Amino acid sequence: MLAAIAFYIFAAVTVAAAVMVVAARNPVHSVLWLILAFFSAAGLFMLLGAEFLALILIVVYVGAVAVLFLFVVMMLDIDFAELKRGMLEYLPIGGLIGVILLVELGMIFSVWAFAPEAGTLAAAPAPAMAQVTNTEALGHVIYTQYLYAFQAAGLVLLVAMIGAIVLTLRHREGVKRQNIAAQVERRRKDAVELKNVKPGQGI
Amino acid sequence: MLAQWLQDTFGFSAEFAGGAAWLIIQGGLILLLMVSLLLMLAYILLADRKIWAAVMLRRGPNVVGAWGLLQSFADFFKFVMKEPVIPAGANKVVFLLAPLITFILAMGAWAVVPFDEGWVIADINVGILYIFAISSLGVYGIIIGGWASNSKYPFLGSLRSAAQMVSYEVSIGFVIITVLLWTGTLNLTEIVRAQDAHGWNVATILFPMFIVFFISALAETNRPPFDLPEAESELVAGYQVEYSSTPYLLFMIGEYLNIVLMCTMTSILFLGGWLPPFEAEFLAWVPGVVWLVIKIWVVFFFFAMVKAIVPRYRYDQLMRLGWKVFLPLSLLWVVVVAGYLVATGRYPL
Repeated sequence: MLAAIAFYIFAAVTVAAAVMVVAARNPVHSVLWLILAFFSAAGLFMLLGAEFLALILIVVYVGAVAVLFLFVVMMLDIDFAELKRGMLEYLPIGGLIGVILLVELGMIFSVWAFAPEAGTLAAAPAPAMAQVTNTEALGHVIYTQYLYAFQAAGLVLLVAMIGAIVLTLRHREGVKRQNIAAQVERRRKDAVELKNVKPGQGI
Repeated sequence: MLAQWLQDTFGFSAEFAGGAAWLIIQGGLILLLMVSLLLMLAYILLADRKIWAAVMLRRGPNVVGAWGLLQSFADFFKFVMKEPVIPAGANKVVFLLAPLITFILAMGAWAVVPFDEGWVIADINVGILYIFAISSLGVYGIIIGGWASNSKYPFLGSLRSAAQMVSYEVSIGFVIITVLLWTGTLNLTEIVRAQDAHGWNVATILFPMFIVFFISALAETNRPPFDLPEAESELVAGYQVEYSSTPYLLFMIGEYLNIVLMCTMTSILFLGGWLPPFEAEFLAWVPGVVWLVIKIWVVFFFFAMVKAIVPRYRYDQLMRLGWKVFLPLSLLWVVVVAGYLVATGRYPL
């Protein structure tokens, strides 16, 4: 009973927050609503018993990705009214896409069926949930059965990261940089010289 | 017992009485934890100021109560009694939401902290991940507080804070992974039990990670020498400039709660949590919570000493330390620890 109530609360908040992401006038508010949507989606994962996925969703999306969104959006200097003016024009197109997606999902769901042998296939690599925690079960599957897919995903991310660095890296000439090693290497005798100044003579 | 009493007195059904009793007991425990945390916080704050003063050869707060022992409570009443000022250009809802977020998240993280064998409100099996997730959310209070103030210095402070906390989270994450590899669990209670069996983590191959974690904790909680988001000599007080009265108090309490949480995490992950320093008959009867609190205070003493002694980093130096020193070091150490565990056969392939 309690789980059902929690489900409806989280689901309703997710949908409402997602609507507000699009409807909010201020882009920063949009990002804040997006964060709320992520957060309640994590709550839904938690209700499914996938606590590892739920917390990773929070750590990665809410804790890092959305922070960078907010970072960028806060620094933008945009005319909010100008930005929102075209909204009504695009509403029919966006609505149409949404309806098409919904119909497609409905069609898939209406013919949804597990293959008869699927149960045995899925159960084979992953140990029963009662014996190990969710995290361990996930680790077993990812690092044995789906190892190649997992590595390939990692490689794609690495390529994307290197690409972003290559695109934005600029070497500027004549910039003075701090050389920590040189500073640490510096000794007293390199920098300080004691002069014995005789009275009345100067150096 | 409480369930039985509820059932008899109010005629509840067994299931409902059980649920109600659970709610009452958990609520009571949470209240007890909050009150004792806030009490400890009052003295942590005082200790911070006293240690700082002692290093500078000052007296520190010494007027309210004997040796200034009631200073924090006087400050509390002062903040609560003052008028909250909301700037005219501020985004009111978000402006007031920010300190609430900081405070609630800082409190919420304590739900999974084990103070002794079984002394934990929610013994979830991904406890450490939960704390990591909550502390990564903590940055929002600061960012949106600085943004909603609609003023220059708070905004600069929140930008600095966002970059800083995201950077150091990465190395904290890797440090946590080494601890997980070593102890083989994500549950905080199990982590302490593993240290009971194998010795404290700080005295093992994990020692460099203890140092990295301590320094990253300083950066993550915006403590000096990494207090650039609120650097008073350049940004006045950063994201807190426009805050006054209770909203400011919430920011302050949230910040110190995070500091104490980081001290607690250092104690649990590396210093053996509630375990006594060595096995002895006469130490066995001391409750575990006493050891944990002593460890928290010891770690906090180092936090306070660092604040008093080390000068503030420049921003590029802060970024260099996070990305070019700690990240490669902690990544390397994940490999080293994993290799060591496989080589010694603790985790057979």
